[in-house]
Parts: sequence; structure tokens; C-alpha cells
Amino acid sequence: MKRLVLLSLFVSSLALAGDGRIAVPYTRFTLPNGLDVVLHEDHGVPTIAVNIWYHVGSGREKPGRTGFAHLFEHIMFEGSKNVPEGKFDEWLEAAGGDNNGSTTTDRTNYFENVPSNALELPLFLESDRMGFLVDAMSPEKVDGQRDVVKNERRQSYENRPYGLASILMSENLFPPEHPYHWPTIGSMDDLTAASFDDVVEFFKTYYVPANASLVIAGDIDPAKTRRIVEQWFSDVPAGPPVPPQPAPVAYVTEEKRIVHEDKVQLPRLYMAWVTPPLYAPGDAELDILASVLAGGKNSRLYKRLVYDMQIAQDVSAFQVSSSLASYFEVIVTARPGHGLSEIEKVVQEELNAVKSAPPSQREVDRAVNQYEASFLDRLENIGTKADLLNGYLTSTGNPDYFNEDLARYKALDPKDIQSVANTYLRDNGRVILSIVPEGKPELAASKEEGK
Amino acid sequence: MKSEVSSQKSVVRKQRCEPPVVDCRLWIVDRGLPRLVIYAVVLALLVTHLTTAFAQPDRSAPPKLGPPPALKLPPIQHLKLSNGIPVVLLEKHAVPVVQINLVVRGGAVMDPPDRHGVASMTAAMLMEGAGPRNALQLADAIDYLGARIGTGAGQHTSGINLHTPLAKLDSALTLLSDVARRPSFPLPELDRKRKERLTALTQWRDEPRALASVLFSRTLYGSSHPYGVPTMGNEASLRSMTPGDLKKFHSDYFVPSNVTVIVVGDVSGTMIMPKLEKAFGSWKGKAAAPPSIPSVGQIKEKTLLLVDKPGAAQSVIMIGRVGVKRITDDYFPIVVMNTILGGSFTSRLNQNLREQHGYSYGAGSRFEFRPLPGPFVASASVQTAVTDKALVEFMNELKGMLEEVPDTDLDRAKNYVALGFPGDFQSVGQIAGQLEELVVYNLPDDYFNKYIGRVLAVTKEDVLKAAKKYITPDNLAFIIVGDRSEVETGVTALELAPPTFLTVDEVLGPAPAVEGGQ
Repeated sequence: MKRLVLLSLFVSSLALAGDGRIAVPYTRFTLPNGLDVVLHEDHGVPTIAVNIWYHVGSGREKPGRTGFAHLFEHIMFEGSKNVPEGKFDEWLEAAGGDNNGSTTTDRTNYFENVPSNALELPLFLESDRMGFLVDAMSPEKVDGQRDVVKNERRQSYENRPYGLASILMSENLFPPEHPYHWPTIGSMDDLTAASFDDVVEFFKTYYVPANASLVIAGDIDPAKTRRIVEQWFSDVPAGPPVPPQPAPVAYVTEEKRIVHEDKVQLPRLYMAWVTPPLYAPGDAELDILASVLAGGKNSRLYKRLVYDMQIAQDVSAFQVSSSLASYFEVIVTARPGHGLSEIEKVVQEELNAVKSAPPSQREVDRAVNQYEASFLDRLENIGTKADLLNGYLTSTGNPDYFNEDLARYKALDPKDIQSVANTYLRDNGRVILSIVPEGKPELAASKEEGK
Repeated sequence: MKSEVSSQKSVVRKQRCEPPVVDCRLWIVDRGLPRLVIYAVVLALLVTHLTTAFAQPDRSAPPKLGPPPALKLPPIQHLKLSNGIPVVLLEKHAVPVVQINLVVRGGAVMDPPDRHGVASMTAAMLMEGAGPRNALQLADAIDYLGARIGTGAGQHTSGINLHTPLAKLDSALTLLSDVARRPSFPLPELDRKRKERLTALTQWRDEPRALASVLFSRTLYGSSHPYGVPTMGNEASLRSMTPGDLKKFHSDYFVPSNVTVIVVGDVSGTMIMPKLEKAFGSWKGKAAAPPSIPSVGQIKEKTLLLVDKPGAAQSVIMIGRVGVKRITDDYFPIVVMNTILGGSFTSRLNQNLREQHGYSYGAGSRFEFRPLPGPFVASASVQTAVTDKALVEFMNELKGMLEEVPDTDLDRAKNYVALGFPGDFQSVGQIAGQLEELVVYNLPDDYFNKYIGRVLAVTKEDVLKAAKKYITPDNLAFIIVGDRSEVETGVTALELAPPTFLTVDEVLGPAPAVEGGQ
């Protein structure tokens, strides 16, 4: 850990070791029922973050039950054998705690932030629903959360401009049998079809301790915390092994063009490619490429489309990394009076440019420096740290993977960026989605006009 | 940048708990079968010993908790630059980062009467060229450091916020000094920002919540009060704005006597003060007398405005009235009262509209505290078909607050606000934001240390009194943005207030024409 090197003018930072490496010390152990546990001490504020990942997301859903993993997440808050309905939230709030959960294609997480005197409460609640959720389950609870989730879909997708874009994009990037083909929020019909029996089966299959990992970070005494964890989770039954997840290969071998009319004022262009999974070779390169293309005023697409030509309102680009596959996406909103073919032409020119010559050292350094700084920011909040520890643990087996993660970016050379652009951002393997105002399909990006 | 659409249990969260980085990246699940087989073997060996290995948990009741921890903040240090600029410093040595927030007393309420949006545009234009650098050079310099500088104007103050790795502090401070003191306000950049904002006005037409919010403020405060007009301005004011307007606003208000520097991070007073002196110590200028701000009155009559969005899947509902200014003896009773009504997940509005009736993904309420009375608003997005029923439930809960609250509701709300408070002091940005409240409202240094006690001291009687004073269900403004053809009959039948029907154009005016690119 931290070495005393020199007398400095001020107290040295706790988050860095003497050699400048990020230091997030932890204790890890596995319970007999298979639950993986990581503890991290940080006494900055008298608060504790409890963070559980279940390694199941919407990618595990069966045909006809899209949206189920997320619906299940909602049901997890509706009480368990020893926690009457409504008490999960009431007890936590009465202790000064907050809680929430979220679902992605790969995992479902649950977290509580509580004052340090209240450590036992979230552990009681989490262990009770991990072990004994279905003892207190009823069709009425399923119906109640079904309505809430449908409202979430209305609010976050249907009643939001461009809200269906992400759904259309994943449907076209990934083949029907691929776990990322359907949206995590699910379809209304499938949400309607979800049954009480589905809840029981899903719980018994995936919500077993060996398919979960628990991180506790913050104002804790690790030895004492370990004893408390061991006690609360000791009666949670182990359950059967989780079946392996099929991992079909995803690739797009053509240029797919889709046009969708929406209640929007301005057309928006979405261009996406299937790319390597999180931490696979190419993943960090694509993060930096996204920054070179659309991170800040001097990025290539922003500077041309928004700053110089002023034909676009905004530009973004990002690599969305997941365990089985990722996708790289460029999004541009056109200014009034401009169609998406005009936008696409400029995007294509910039893609061609980064494929034919590496970006400058300055462009790459600027992006890497921002990543490096963001790693410091991630250490500032115990909830953020707890979730990162859990993510690193899940992906790499090493909760304290901060330095290795950062090293991926620091090792990059401009040629690496050019190389991934050529390898993955192929013209004949991508999806181009145009969202246009109702009745104005002529604003869509069309192959003839764009080239 | 990594981000992923993830679906959540709830959007109703205390603002304080919003993590600075919600990095919902997805992760590889690297758990092969062999490991599970090993588990199975280990389990088979261990299962008989489980009961003796650990004490069985007692699940008959939630665990008893010890006394909650106190908030122990490092001392707030008050220092001063040679030109009188006050420096408020809090040392935080956990991570080698520094946050420096300049609070400038000058905001949208100081906009010239026919130039709404000048304060906001001035703040935005600070980043469009300053000192020796043009807009692109400035952005490049900041990005290269891995630092962030954000600028913005609120109603009464503007902010220039720097977040930087400690290792880049000197270079970042040079840039911050240029941005705050030496902006160049070039016309081509203003023309560009103007187009960007005119386009944003067009985009508001797509956002039902933006529409509702613009109309709500106008209904409460009227178009002649700054609180009734979007801080970004309107088409006419955006078109007429000149670099001269921005230069004048800057020289009038961005002067030492209006500025406070807040520093939080891995620094000490002796280390940071010479650097701040170099950056801001020679700043000169005399503050202009601020314009007199019209007083805020209460709404005179109940109003119901329905904005038609044909085909909308949901109706956005905002119900409220003018609240109260930040400095009031009722502050803590209001905070607790609102937590019970709509300020937490278990609040009455959320439980009713979301959990009991399934009308919404989340419902809530809040008092927005400002130097003058800000709005009180209860709001939700509800399924179109139940718009009228949802309004009935809103009214039931608002009226319900006029009765004494049970002890359990009171204690839960007080604990939620008070005991969660220390968690609001984690990141340097979060702490600097807390200190801003002290600076803007001139609160004493012991405010944070006394906060928990003051929340816990609120009584049932205090809550009832606050509810009767500030929630007056007979005199409210109702704003609904949704599909008129679907909701008009039901909503009108409730007779909440005489309804007025508006189109989007009537709320925002016609979409501005934005001159094309090159």
C-alpha cells in the first residue's frame, strides 16, 4: 500500500499508492453457498454502499418474454418472506438509506447507500430476497409492477422524442437469436404475457448465491463486516448451477438502411457497427476513436458538422461495451433545413480520413488524458466504487482492476486507432438508421444522395 | 465514453444521491462451468456444517441499529485575496483532484428587460474564446489537461466551475482565470451559439416535459417577471443579442465584489492561496447596481391549461403554485413535509400513483428554493387513459396533507433527510455545491453541523402548519401536456378549474427559422 516517500507540503492523497498507481485495497471471500463477497474500506464519510450484481440480464430472456429480467428487478422490491410488501423501502428510508436497481443485457444490480450504523439492514433485506423471495410472491405483485414497467416504457421510450431509436438499432445490429437483439425494456405484449410462474422459474434458475456477487464499500470494519455478511447469508440456499449462456456470433455483412418517422422536429442520423466485447482487443481503441470523432469541440465530426459547417445541432460517438459483443455508434442531429444524406456524406468523409491516416498524437493524448482523469473521479464516491469493483470482479476476476483498465488506454498509439477504424467500421457491415419528422421520409439518409 | 441504456426501478431519487458517474457499462460474465462444478463439490462437503459454522440470522424483525454517525466535516476555512475576493476552502485529501467554483452574483434576473437570455449567453460564451486562445484552442487546452470547466447562469448567480486533477492545477487555473476575466465574445461564435439556441427552442417542441415546465413558470410568474421566462431567452431576444450586451453584462457583474471562490480538494491554504492570488488577485472592476427585481406575488386564481400533443402515450402533469423563498423559518418543516408528500420513494404521491394505481413510473413534488419565492410543484407522467383519475389522486394527496401526519411517516421522512445527509459530502464537486448554498444565502459555517439536529427537531405540528400555509388545494395551477382528444372530457368533468386549451405554437410561438449552414 501507500509508502511514505517524501515529506510533502500537504497530506498525500489516499487513493494513490506511492508510485502513482490507483489503490483500492479490498478483502474477498466466498461463502459456502457460493456468494462472492468483496469488502473495501473508505472512511471519507460515515456511509456504506452495498452493491449486489446478479449475473443475469435481458440477454437470458426466453422468446416471448422480453423485458422479463427488468420486470423481475422491479418485483425484487415488493417484499420477501420476512419483509412485508412496502417495508423494503420504508425501513431503508427510516434508517436514512437510499436504494435502487438497474438491468442491462448482461446483469441486474441492486444497491443501497446507508449511514454506517445501518449496515445490517440492507444485508438483512438483500439476503431475505436472495433466499426467500418467492415465499412472499403473488400474481397481484406481478401485475402491479407490470403496470409500473409499462409506464416506464411509455415514459422513457414511447413518449420521448427519438425514444425508439435504441430499440430499432439493436434489433438490426444483432440477429434474432442473439441475446442483444431485443431491448432490455421489452415489448408491451411480452410484458403482458409475463406470469407468476415465470417469476418463480427465473428466481430459481438465476437468483442463486453462486450467480451473484456482493460488494460492500465505505465506512466499515472489514473483519466485523465479514462476520455480519456470513451470518445474514448463511441460511440462503445454494441452488443449482446456472446453465451456460449461448454466445452466438453477431456480425452485419451488409449496409442496412432503416427509416423511422417520429414526432420530432429534426432528423437524426444513427450509424452503428458490431464491435469487440468489453476488455477484448479493440475495445479501448474504439473508446479513443469515439473521442477523436466526437469528444469535444476539436473532435473531427463536431468540428466539421457543428462548428465549421453548422449543419448539425449535436454529434456523439461511443463504444457501448458488453460481455458478448459491443457496438460503436455515431449519432448526429441535423439543423433545420438539412437532410441526413448531407450529414452522412460528411460523416463518411471523416470515417474515410481516419481509416486512411492515423490521428495525430495530440488527438490521441487529449482523449487518453481525459480517460486518465476520469479514473480519479471514479474514486470519489463509494457507490460508484462499489459498482466498479463489482463490474471488474465480474469481468476479470479482479475487483481492483483500475490500473489494468487504465493501462489499456495509456498503451495506445495513433496507428492502433486507425487500425480499429479499418477493421470494425466497415462500410459494408453497418446499420444506418434515419429518424425523420412524420411525413418527411425525403430527409432520410439515402445511399444514392449520400455517396 | 461508455454509456448504456439501462432500465431502473425508479427515477424518484433524492438529488443528493445522483452519483457523479453512472457508468452503466456492461461486463463480461466470465464464469465457466468448471468453477461451478467445484462449487458443487465444495457445497456437498460443507452443507452439513452450515448450521454450526455461522449463527442463524434472526429474521423475525429488522435488525436493531445503533446510533447514527455524526457528520464530521473538516473545518471550512475563510481566506481572502488581496483585492478582497473571499475564498472558502475545504480540504479533502482522499483523491488527488481539485474543484474550484467561482460563484458570481449576477444571473438571469439581471437580464435587460428586452434581452432575456443575456446572463445565460454570457456564461456560455465564456468558453468561446478567452485570453490568448480562441474557442477551439481553449477547448483543446482544457481537454488536453483532462480537466473540465463548466459555465452557466442561474436566476441570481452565475457559476464557473473547474474540476481538475491535482497534477494539472496550475495550468487549469490559468485557463480558469482567462475564462472568468478575459472572455473575448467574438461575433462569429455568438452567431453560432445563437443558431444552436434557436434550434434548441425548436427541439423543446418535442419534449412534453419541457413544454409543461415553460408553461408552468409562465403561469405562476407571468411573462414580465424573470422567473416566468426561460433563462435561455426567447426567439426575439436571442436574435437581438449583440457582443456588446454580453460584454456589458460581464463588466457589470463579473467583478471582484460579486465573486466568491470555493475550493474543495487535495490542497491546503498555504498551497492554494498564492495560486489563486496569481489567477484572481489582480482582478479589478466595480459592480453595477443590479436592476430592481419585481416582487413575486401568489397566483390569483386557479388555472388549468391543457397543451395538445396528439398521439402522446402519456400526459405530463404539473400542479402547483408559488412557494417560498429560501430564507424562511419554515425551511425545515417544508423539507420534511415535502418529503412525506412527494420527496422520496415511499412518499404519498409515488406510493399512490405508482405502486397502488399503476398510473405512472413515478410521481413526486418539490419546493424550488430561491432568493425570491420559487415554485412548489407536484408532477408525474401518467398513462393518457388515466389522466383524469391521476388528477383525482393528486388532489387526494394534496388535501391529505392538511391532516396531521402519523408518527411513522414523520419519523421516516425526518430520518431519510437527516441521516442520509452525510452521504452528500463525498466528491469534491458535491461538497463545493453544498458550500455554494452557504455562500449564496449567507448561511453560518455551523449550518451543516446543525442540519441533522434541525431536521430531527421538526414536529407534527410544524408539518401541518407548513402544509396549510403552502399547499392550498383550492388555489392551484394545473398544467397538462397530452392528447387533448383523449383526455379533455375526463379532465373537464373534474371541474378543477376553468380549462384553457393551447397548441404547442401558443406555448412556444412558431418554430424559429434557423439560417442554414455555410
